[in-house]
Amino acid sequence: MATVVVLDYGTSNLRSVAKALEFIADKKHQVIVSDKPEQILAADRVVFPGQGAIGQCMTSIKQKGLDEVIRKCINTKPFLGICLGLQSLMDESDEDGGTKGLGIIPGRVIRFRDNVKDEHGCICKIPHMGWNQVYQQNTHALWKGIENGTRFYFVHSYYVQPENENDIAARTDYASQFTSAAACDNIFATQFHPEKSQKAGLTLLKNFLSWKV
Amino acid sequence: MSLAKRIIPCLDVDAGRVVKGVRFVDIRDAGDPVEVARRYDEQGADEITFLDITASSDERDTMIHVVEAVASQVFIPLTVGGGIRTLDDIRRLLNAGADKISVNTAAVNDRGLVNAASGRFGSQCIVVAIDAKRMDNAIPYWEVFTHGGRKPTGINVIEWATEMARRGAGEILLTSMDRDGTRDGFDLELTRAVSEAVSIPVIASGGAGTLEHLAEAVIKGKADAVLAASIFHFGDYTVQEAKSMMKQYNIEVRL
Repeated sequence: MATVVVLDYGTSNLRSVAKALEFIADKKHQVIVSDKPEQILAADRVVFPGQGAIGQCMTSIKQKGLDEVIRKCINTKPFLGICLGLQSLMDESDEDGGTKGLGIIPGRVIRFRDNVKDEHGCICKIPHMGWNQVYQQNTHALWKGIENGTRFYFVHSYYVQPENENDIAARTDYASQFTSAAACDNIFATQFHPEKSQKAGLTLLKNFLSWKV
Repeated sequence: MSLAKRIIPCLDVDAGRVVKGVRFVDIRDAGDPVEVARRYDEQGADEITFLDITASSDERDTMIHVVEAVASQVFIPLTVGGGIRTLDDIRRLLNAGADKISVNTAAVNDRGLVNAASGRFGSQCIVVAIDAKRMDNAIPYWEVFTHGGRKPTGINVIEWATEMARRGAGEILLTSMDRDGTRDGFDLELTRAVSEAVSIPVIASGGAGTLEHLAEAVIKGKADAVLAASIFHFGDYTVQEAKSMMKQYNIEVRL
């Protein structure tokens, strides 16, 4: 049996990610939630979820020694980052007075600007919360069966700015255009929450389970 | 700018059962939160809100089981409100699979609760619910009420919403007590005043009777989302119909 592990670093609401994976997993996949390095390293696929503030997220990851585990995983197996699980892969975030990331994808994490107006003259509220369109920038196994421009569920105030254009897997419009998914090698990472994005989200998770790197 | 305005059905739950009559003709058990949530999910609801109206505190734990059951079947955001007082209440609901929780009376009783909760769990999951009552029609002024609308607080709604946003609320769920249950439409002046006063999203609630009311709340009330109960529960309209109507008004919706 193949295992997919959801990284548990103690701060995030992991239950919904695990539940969505359990819902779509076939009999060949077992979903586990773990913070044990040996269990994570032994898994076939890794999901790095996240919600909340990045400072606390990075602190717990380091305390549990998961930063080194993540570094090992991203070279060897399919890796899916979600929300903070995307932002933490970058070099640095402006959140929490400047937080150093894992530096796996070159680039920064910055905040949406305040008081930007949309075309109706309304202020773009922060957090960016709700269903927005995701425009795919590459062809990727995880987009299979998902129409370009499909809406996914977002909730965040910060977004990633990858340095390399090639690492951008999707863009979305809010206040300005931002990167809503990134991909390189065996990493795929989304700013939106596939586990909360109904059919499209479940399709993406299913694609992740069958993704051959 | 393609963020959709959200439509959120709200379900009252008492001791684990959906109450206030959901009357779908073709549903097997209209009291089962999982079945009702699944139906709204199929109709295209953008989120679902559960309001726990359980009076007895020994039955409060049933809400945890409701959230667990719904969250393993329905994959859109779930908000839970009603009777939440402590950080531990919040933690348990989030662990059960809730994506957001809403606090009302507890935030008034302990203003630091929202700071503490957003600091620990993130602003994105802390919704502050405000029950607002219009106090003076000549000069618009609304007062915050707590305890399910029974207790006046003397607090001005606009000031309260601003303070809650500053303390770390991720969203405001704004209910007009004057309109709630009337089906006369939302209090647009209230909705707009709050929405323009804060930089976080505002959900309009209280008074939806027609689909045009939902569109008005967005266009005139500047709401980021609309919450409704009876117009969906009684089968008058589906969420899908609501979205088609909003689209006719050029409102961005998820279809």
